[in-house]
Amino acid sequence: MNSTQATVSKILNFSCVDGPGNRLVIFLQGCNFNCSACHNPHTIGQCNNCGECIPACHVNALSLVDGVIEFDPQNCDQCDACIEVCPISANPMVRRYTVAEILELAREHKPFLSGITVSGGEATQQLKFVVDLFAAVKADSELADLTCFIDSNGHLGASGWEKLLPVTDGVMLDIKAFGKARHRQLTGKDNDRSLQSARILQAAGKLYELRYLLIPGETDSDDELDQLTDFAHRLGTDVQIKLNAFQHHGVRGAALEWEKASENGVNIVADRLRAAGISKVVTPAVFV
Amino acid sequence: MQDVISKLSNIATDSTLSPAQKAHFLSLEAENLLPYPALDTATQEALDARVICDMYEGHAPYRPRYVLPDYSVVLKNGSEYLELPAPQTLAEAINTLMIAYHHVPSITGMPVYIGQLDELLLPFCDDVSDDDLYQQIKLFWRYLDRTLPDAFMHANIGPSDNRVARTILRVDAELKQIAPNLTFFYDPDISSEQILAIATNNIVECSKPHIANHPVHADTFDERGYGIVSCYNALPLAGGSSTLTRVNLKEVALRSESEADFFENVLPNYLELNFRLAESRVDYLFNKSNFFNSFLVEEGWIERDRFTVMYGIFAMAEAVNILQEKEQRSGQYGFDRVANDLGLKISKLLADTVAQRPMENVWRGRAMLHSQAGLSIDVDATPGIRIPYGTEPDPVSHIEALARHHQYYHSGISEILTLDETIKSNPEAMLQLCKGAFACGFREFTANVASNDLVRVTGFMVRLSDIKKFNAKQGSRSNTTVLGAEAAENVGILERRPRVVGNELYPGYGQ
Repeated sequence: MNSTQATVSKILNFSCVDGPGNRLVIFLQGCNFNCSACHNPHTIGQCNNCGECIPACHVNALSLVDGVIEFDPQNCDQCDACIEVCPISANPMVRRYTVAEILELAREHKPFLSGITVSGGEATQQLKFVVDLFAAVKADSELADLTCFIDSNGHLGASGWEKLLPVTDGVMLDIKAFGKARHRQLTGKDNDRSLQSARILQAAGKLYELRYLLIPGETDSDDELDQLTDFAHRLGTDVQIKLNAFQHHGVRGAALEWEKASENGVNIVADRLRAAGISKVVTPAVFV
Repeated sequence: MQDVISKLSNIATDSTLSPAQKAHFLSLEAENLLPYPALDTATQEALDARVICDMYEGHAPYRPRYVLPDYSVVLKNGSEYLELPAPQTLAEAINTLMIAYHHVPSITGMPVYIGQLDELLLPFCDDVSDDDLYQQIKLFWRYLDRTLPDAFMHANIGPSDNRVARTILRVDAELKQIAPNLTFFYDPDISSEQILAIATNNIVECSKPHIANHPVHADTFDERGYGIVSCYNALPLAGGSSTLTRVNLKEVALRSESEADFFENVLPNYLELNFRLAESRVDYLFNKSNFFNSFLVEEGWIERDRFTVMYGIFAMAEAVNILQEKEQRSGQYGFDRVANDLGLKISKLLADTVAQRPMENVWRGRAMLHSQAGLSIDVDATPGIRIPYGTEPDPVSHIEALARHHQYYHSGISEILTLDETIKSNPEAMLQLCKGAFACGFREFTANVASNDLVRVTGFMVRLSDIKKFNAKQGSRSNTTVLGAEAAENVGILERRPRVVGNELYPGYGQ
């Protein structure tokens, strides 16, 4: 199972915003949602080797070899011009990693790590890899004390969680919206499975945090916030709600017309949730 | 002579300096009218070209650069010279220290070391309530910042978890003063996990304290102990450092034909000249200045044979990149394996050279290698072995790139890790980073949180709001009180230096 592979968009060996402590974060490529407000849209698609990115690369780090995109990380200066021209929100710079290679990275940086987080894209789309990776971490005497977290949109079904939860320590779960029509409009998918996932995770004691992106005029209406409050109460008052602020960095298309969430606006919502009896409400440390 | 007179007159009439600052610069000018301690021609030429540098300490070393008194002596015995009885209560002990500090010289005239404060004060705390302790430490802290306004003045605490250390950390986070600078000694076998967490939370709050890897330092020194002073210099307790002379590795690399020429000829030559520069200064201090006739020696606060020489180097990053270019290799220091290995090879040569070169009137007969954090006049030369500002990789890669050097720099080496403010909502990440750094062999851990008002520049603390006000010509915090409407019309007064500064950083008037 150490040979199981994943398509990886990026790896960070220092992150303090993807779960408790410092985490090795593996961003997996590909997402089953297509959110207008996505801050990393280049992680949504899977490369189809169309080659349109090749002329955009000014250091010739991209080429087509036998009809497949080849990326030379040595030459790349990380200007990201290729992902900007990609017609399907994919990323020609992705790399395939095996579980064994990720374990090697974790060993290399072990003294600095509180744990590992898989994010995305939607990490659970590469379920076998995540299950195998977490199982391998738990089975490795040197790495076993690292906690294994997932950042997910919750579209994974119950049977998927059944496989994943025994080797997972915590999940940061995004709920994009509570109104059904609004969720469909924002993500392209229904939210039934996301809400169901939240319940499954809470019941298993693995819901680390429920994340909610505040988009002024979209997800901060009274109706949405009442539903959020109600949902949180049903889950249990100990649930931690992380309010994220919509901003423009990385965002493409029509969503750039939407207003950014202000610090003041986020604080008003946080106060409202606290007043409604939700004790653990977390707001961003930084507003941009 | 006319030049000298006019320079002295400029200092005396300067509108931006306080009388004390004027006295300091006037004394430095007077000292520099004396001839320099005798140097051979090659050393003199290297000094004139600033390939080697004496930190502009002055022509007549009449006091050591850094003095680390063992304050337990005066707390136990009192002082005959200062007519002080041995203190009996916490208030008396703090009062005794407050007096003592004014008799401890250094290169800037301000004490750089104010003691292992928890160890010193704990014996006086048995009958003191938590609230009383907090009040007394708070007043003490305020006194230090207002009367000894030097960002290089340094307090030490730890490694044990105790009431005084915790109270100091609490007060320090609360007051967010520039002075004193603070180091917590961490020893995984002695310190509790909780106090390390308090210390790293404080970094998140106010970029202090600096955390020292106590077991590594303790191995370097002896049973008498050590202190961390100024910009993270580790020095023998009850002694200090007579002088600091430093080699500009960039200038050495520029004078080398190739990597081989650098290692075989040019660097060894300048390293020897830097020893000679230090020797001539040590000779003056020990054999001419009469410094060691002081009551500090007689009463046992310091010992003559516990003064080392700090052997400084800087601009490692530039030196490596210049040598890489000379060898037609593109990899940059801090990022490329070959470049990083080259840097390490330089550090090893420096350490070996320092370990082999005997020196007279120096603790253990050898200097101590130091990664030197810079002067205000350094241009295009990165402090010590650091990766140039603004180009650092992520904190983990940063630490991993430099950790291997730390074994060589016995008298101190400081990296400043700049962390973005998202860490504020996750202080556990700071704790983990610190533990990781120590596991990799870091001697010390220092971090700035980008959004904090209180940050380090080359190693000493400043307030960003002071700088901002200063740049906007509104005067600094301390000056605002004296800025009446009349004074505000005088641009000169508005340009005065902040009240609390890093005095070591400024080598002389007009620099």
